[in-house]
Amino acid sequence: MSHAEAALTEGLSKAEQAEIDQWLARFPDTPDGRRSAVIPALHVVQHNSGGWLPRARMDAVADYLGLPPARVYEVATFYGMFDVEPVGRHKVNICTNISCMLRGADDIVEHVEKRLGISLGETTPDGRITLKREEECLAACAGAPMMLVDEAYYTDLTPEKIDQILDELE
Amino acid sequence: MSAEVKTQAPETVTVEIDGRAIEAPKGASIIAVADEHGIDIPRFCYHSKLSAPANCRMCLVDVEMGGRPAPKPLPACITTVADGMVVRTASERALKAQKGVMEFLLINHPLDCPICDQGGECELQDLALGYGRSVSRFVERKRVVKDENLGPLIATEMTRCIHCTRCVRFLDEVAGTSELGAMFRGEHTEISTLVGSGVHSELSGNVIDLCPVGALTSRPYRFSARSWEMLSHPGVAPHDCLGSNIDLHQVRGTVKRVVPRDNEAINECWISDRDRFSYEGIYSAERLAAPQIREGDTWHTVDWQTAIEAAANGLRDVVAQHGGDALGALVSPSASLEEMYLTARIVRALGSDHIDTRLRRGDFRDGVAGDGFPGLTGSIAGLEAVDAALIVGGYPRHEQPLANHRLRKAAIRGGAIMALNPRGFDWNIDLAVDAVVPAGEMARTLAAVVRAVAGRTGQAEPEALAGWIGDEAPDAQATAMAGHLLDADNAVVLMGGLAEAHPAGAELRWLAGRLAAMTQTDYGELTDGSNAAGGWIAGAVPGRRADGQAASGLDARAMVTRPRRGYLLNGIEPEHDHFDGAATIEALAHADCVVAMAAFDSPALRAGADVLLPVATLGETAGTLVNAEGQWQTFAGCAKPQGDARPGWRVLRVLANVLELDGFNYQAPDEIHHEIRAVAGEAKAATPTADGAPTPQPVEGMLRVGWPAMFGGDPLVRHAPSLQASVHAGEAVVEIAPEDAERLGIAEGDSVVVEQAGVTRTLPARPSDQVPAGSFWLAAGLVHSEGLGGLIGPATLRVDGGGE
Repeated sequence: MSHAEAALTEGLSKAEQAEIDQWLARFPDTPDGRRSAVIPALHVVQHNSGGWLPRARMDAVADYLGLPPARVYEVATFYGMFDVEPVGRHKVNICTNISCMLRGADDIVEHVEKRLGISLGETTPDGRITLKREEECLAACAGAPMMLVDEAYYTDLTPEKIDQILDELE
Repeated sequence: MSAEVKTQAPETVTVEIDGRAIEAPKGASIIAVADEHGIDIPRFCYHSKLSAPANCRMCLVDVEMGGRPAPKPLPACITTVADGMVVRTASERALKAQKGVMEFLLINHPLDCPICDQGGECELQDLALGYGRSVSRFVERKRVVKDENLGPLIATEMTRCIHCTRCVRFLDEVAGTSELGAMFRGEHTEISTLVGSGVHSELSGNVIDLCPVGALTSRPYRFSARSWEMLSHPGVAPHDCLGSNIDLHQVRGTVKRVVPRDNEAINECWISDRDRFSYEGIYSAERLAAPQIREGDTWHTVDWQTAIEAAANGLRDVVAQHGGDALGALVSPSASLEEMYLTARIVRALGSDHIDTRLRRGDFRDGVAGDGFPGLTGSIAGLEAVDAALIVGGYPRHEQPLANHRLRKAAIRGGAIMALNPRGFDWNIDLAVDAVVPAGEMARTLAAVVRAVAGRTGQAEPEALAGWIGDEAPDAQATAMAGHLLDADNAVVLMGGLAEAHPAGAELRWLAGRLAAMTQTDYGELTDGSNAAGGWIAGAVPGRRADGQAASGLDARAMVTRPRRGYLLNGIEPEHDHFDGAATIEALAHADCVVAMAAFDSPALRAGADVLLPVATLGETAGTLVNAEGQWQTFAGCAKPQGDARPGWRVLRVLANVLELDGFNYQAPDEIHHEIRAVAGEAKAATPTADGAPTPQPVEGMLRVGWPAMFGGDPLVRHAPSLQASVHAGEAVVEIAPEDAERLGIAEGDSVVVEQAGVTRTLPARPSDQVPAGSFWLAAGLVHSEGLGGLIGPATLRVDGGGE
């Protein structure tokens, strides 16, 4: 994930509005149709806000799509890929669903927790890595165990491979 | 359900539910049909007034179509009935499904009913008795949810929540505020605002009734009684002209809470927060506990006999020395019909016609209508069926919340709801036209709409119209408003509080009357208080006696601008409950004798009055309120009056007896009620006439514009602590147009000095683009906004400390 130098903390920039407009064009121009654009709009906004969704930014999305803010908060809190609390510079999502679990995901989680000194759901004190809790199936079972780091997939994980990946994260 | 409905009569279908053949409207849900025929299907998320999300699964029933059973039980709340459908609500398979759902619901629900406020009236508790297991098989840890502060009215215990989402859907669909949501997912789902913004809807208390468990309960009532020890008494809410039906719940003579009583024609199954929580005022520490009389500057607590004699002597002396003309009566527009009638009879027997209940009216040039009471010519329920409505000077969302709810439903159906106001409001209705003009321009704007109607229909426009707008052509907005009214089959023009308080109110009423006549729409007034119609019927207005005879007394404004020697006050606080608080205080201060019947004590009342008579309030007395559509709604007393307070009708009867007036030997309020019925006969709402066009009167200079805040309209709500702790109450703020703020050098939060009628007040200011330039908004009924001049009237504004 790229982090804009100065993450936006309020309003929608012109570029963001243009990107959301592209999504809106794919749905009917009705209140329900506009509601369909919530997920892509939140992706756009989260990408530019340091990997999480401050309240003012969610409110801006709600305002732009003509929805009550609570309807946007519901979506933002429902999906694991959105965060409504501040996160580290990198988000590490280790899949613990059935295929990965059968292939030793629990050991991987334990290894990562030990190495980073944090538990699932926490962020390292230096703000480098957030270990996301309860990541569900990411549809890469053929390469189990796997994980998602920011926006990239890593498959067939071993402790050694993970150490290398984590060390490369700034 | 994939079966196609094949029926010859598309309107109704025949279904069999639990062995009974039932004719039902096509498209109805199984649960709605079953409810109508008294067949009980358990449910948590379904509510007849809300959308059905089918998320609790408690209403699973066995369905068979064309001899083929559905592969699994179906939710009765979203499965629609079809011809030939067979439904079994209590078959083995249905019961097994229902019991299974119940077991899942109880997994995370605390099993501590004895310490839960909902215990005894809990839908989950009731259904668990029928469908639950006696012993839980669940041994794991239960989930715990942190409580959220939703404000002073709703208490939360979110661990008890079963995620039925009734509260979420209510705020979304009925209240239109969408303040709550189902946040997070699955096991972690929480009903919350997420950001801690609270719930502030004017109808928020209804989520307490909707919540099937003890997650959302009433904060003021919390832990103060148990449902099974209370007795329920039907009552009528005394705060707006709808007269919402309520039940008062009482234990040993103390009102513990108020809940809605279903009445589809008025309040459906809802009530506003004002109607629900105002009962707290009954137990305010400021209740007037005993009769008081003044001797010089000292007050003495006396017995009733002494107080009534002092009152009678005082009034008799005024009349003996100065004639009946020196006496005036100001009666709350929320007083009962019986009290209004007795007050009017006493005052008239003493030789005065000076009595009025229209205390907040700003313009009396149009007098008292001869042909009917102020109110709606249509029905309250009919408001939701309009195709167009024009609200002139009103914000029903705060004035009559459930009338606003009807209009909101009309707007959702596609009706064009329009408003013409001297400030912008936070509507929960998508307005077709939101005309915000300076207060002084309202009559001109309305005149332009009349001209637009005349232009489009080819009718002759009223001659007087030129007085407002010369030969100006109507602008696009006026043309649009005229178009919506003309295009509608069923429309209404509604007058609200800001038209009532408008110094050119007579002009607004006349123009709105012409507009209604020319567009063939209904004309209605959403009146102040809960019994304005009753004031007309009981003859508690200067221009009309109860028997319909015309009279000519002084109106509420004239009674204070041309002060009387003696006053009889009933249920009012002079600094709050009159159009011009400053003039009222002044007039009372200089009178020889002021007798005040009051439920609440206050310094302003003591400053003006000579005799204070404590009277009963909500729940403590019997009476009748006539609502805006002319319904006479009678209620009985159920609570013990506080202190030495007595019902108002009884006080007036004894006063009349001591004054030795004839015909006041009533033993019970229903005798008075029947007498009014016999004297007044049937009445309808007034319809406006074309005669007597008022001359346009310019309203110029800096104007204060205001109307009581939602929880500031009468003494009872002003003394209800939980309502006063809400965001709708508190300290008054001066809202001013940004351009005026810049001109006067006022920034957000600055103190400004408001001067009206010689009274000054220092208040915080807030620039707001909702307020047109040339006026500022200052609501009445708030802390520090009392005792000022006219609700809409001239005022000056300056920055605190600047330019003395």
